[in-house]
Amino acid sequence: MRTVFKTSYDADINYFRHGAQAAWYMLLLALALILPFLMGTFWIGEMTNMLIWAIAGMGLMILVGQTGQASLGHAAFLAIGCYANVLLQERLGLPFLLSFPLAGVIAGLAGALIAMPMTKLHGIYLAIGTLAISILTDDLIVIAEPLTAGVVGLFAPTIDILGFQFDRYATPDRFYWLVLFVAVVIVLVYRNILRSPLGRAFAAVRDSEVSAQAMGINVARTKALSFGISTAITGLAGALMGHFAGIFNNETFNIIISIQLLLMIVIGGLGSIHGAFFGAVIVALLPQAIAISRDLVSGLVGGGTVAIPGLESAIFGALLIGFILFEPMGIYGRWLKIRTYFELFPFYRKDMFRRQKSYLKTERMR
Amino acid sequence: MDVLQLFVSGLANGCVYGLIALGFVLIYKATEAVNFAQGDFMMLGAFITLGLTNEQFWGLPFWISVPIAILCMGAFGYLLDMLVLRRMFGQSQVAVVILTIALGFVLRFAAGVIWGHQPVSLESPIAGRDVRYGGLVLGLDEVTIIVVTVLLTVLLYFYFNRTRLGVAMQAASQNQLAAYYMGIPVKRVHSLIWALAGAVAAVAGILFASKGSIDPSIGLLGIKAFAAAVIGGFGSLPGALLGGIIVGLIEPFASYYIAAGYSQIMPYLLLFLILVFRPHGILAQVHRKKV
Repeated sequence: MRTVFKTSYDADINYFRHGAQAAWYMLLLALALILPFLMGTFWIGEMTNMLIWAIAGMGLMILVGQTGQASLGHAAFLAIGCYANVLLQERLGLPFLLSFPLAGVIAGLAGALIAMPMTKLHGIYLAIGTLAISILTDDLIVIAEPLTAGVVGLFAPTIDILGFQFDRYATPDRFYWLVLFVAVVIVLVYRNILRSPLGRAFAAVRDSEVSAQAMGINVARTKALSFGISTAITGLAGALMGHFAGIFNNETFNIIISIQLLLMIVIGGLGSIHGAFFGAVIVALLPQAIAISRDLVSGLVGGGTVAIPGLESAIFGALLIGFILFEPMGIYGRWLKIRTYFELFPFYRKDMFRRQKSYLKTERMR
Repeated sequence: MDVLQLFVSGLANGCVYGLIALGFVLIYKATEAVNFAQGDFMMLGAFITLGLTNEQFWGLPFWISVPIAILCMGAFGYLLDMLVLRRMFGQSQVAVVILTIALGFVLRFAAGVIWGHQPVSLESPIAGRDVRYGGLVLGLDEVTIIVVTVLLTVLLYFYFNRTRLGVAMQAASQNQLAAYYMGIPVKRVHSLIWALAGAVAAVAGILFASKGSIDPSIGLLGIKAFAAAVIGGFGSLPGALLGGIIVGLIEPFASYYIAAGYSQIMPYLLLFLILVFRPHGILAQVHRKKV
């Protein structure tokens, strides 16, 4: 285990704890940059999809992982970002460079607005309220047909930045780099929020609202801000998702997507950027993994390929049950344990990450 | 007369929502957890009954398969708590919510594999018969649903407020540690309440299946029942029924009087408004602690 000798206060909030860590992340970034030269078109598409899910996951992670507010309605903000982005381009003729950040701003404002009455709610009530928003948005898109074309759906135009075309099918590599760029920017924004007083306020609200209030944090404002930032990032992911899908309607962002997004960051590991990426790997690559293993099995057995409806979500659900029961900190938590095992070898002990025994009290008596 | 018929069918629908909501509230009241898979429990109960009763499967008489299904679901609930949820003891509510959502995925898949994804209908003796009262023609299924629901709610209400075990269940949720000190076997109480919720879900499933065809995705009805439970006041048994009936009544009347497209969002709009203006529901169960 490397011991970092801190000689300044900045050492506490630096991006990287030490040089070796920085080197590893730079290596990862370099690998991500040259990926289009290593992979075929299909897999670059899958990687793009994964990155978009990771961006959406980071959006939700700010709310759930950092501020501790559960949301089952983030698909609504994916939809708002997606529709805002495409409508700004089609109706007002704005370029993508303008419409994309504006889509994020609109989704963020919508989130902050909705958060204001919601900040009174706690835990489970908040989850239900956001669930209602997700369902309402689905229906509102159908109702606002003149604008959104209802169930028929809208086409996302090809992205044009300063004469360069970015299209999912025509130029998949460029589209991948665009998404990668956005993802890296969001990671930097996320890290900087955590380094700032706002990030500390988020953590304080997550760990105890009462003590946060006692420390002079305006809890309602912090929650609304967290909602706003979270939904803005999710809106950006939604805009990219729209361009990735090409055509989208009210069904593209239904309640199942909301739930899947929440489940994804839980599998990945709550409260870390890594978690959003690990979760995205599972969500984006699970369908392919199932397809490949199905081909393998039918190759071994020699029968025809049988598609079992709902298998994907069932495996996803089973994975999730396994993680919640045996590894509540998600994939990232498991990774931490494995790393600690090797760093401390042979001094790692089973109970090092043991959860404290806790007892629940009712929320109905406050 | 039209309005009255609309009223009764809405009431019957509402009672099914109320029954599912009752399951939510039971578990919430006693374990402080929220079971998002309650709708899928109902689906499972309906399908077990169907599997026992229908000719193409086992072909047992309806009145034999009903108690078997209720017992099966009770045992399912008990075992589920014992084997899975007990590991989550003392963890935060949201973790249990996520666990039960995942459980719902798995149950839906299992039902689809066993009984197929096509809509099927239960061969039930109360389906498709009429009750005539004056000039009024009501479906026997609707009347049965309303009567059974009201009876069950009253029964459970008195069970919680008058019996020893019922009070123990409430204590176990209010403060787990204190309940231990009072000698309440908190873990067994939790398993019992999950068994009870499973049995109630089976009843809801049988009643729902008598009204029309079912398929594995009817568990998503649970979301509507969830709205009902919140509108009524999460944690209150009469509130669950009240919320269910409100949601059930809004639906037919909204689609009768309001343009299509707008009508289906009414339950959720109401839910949203209730959450904003009266966050703990109509029959609120939240008390401020006196210090």
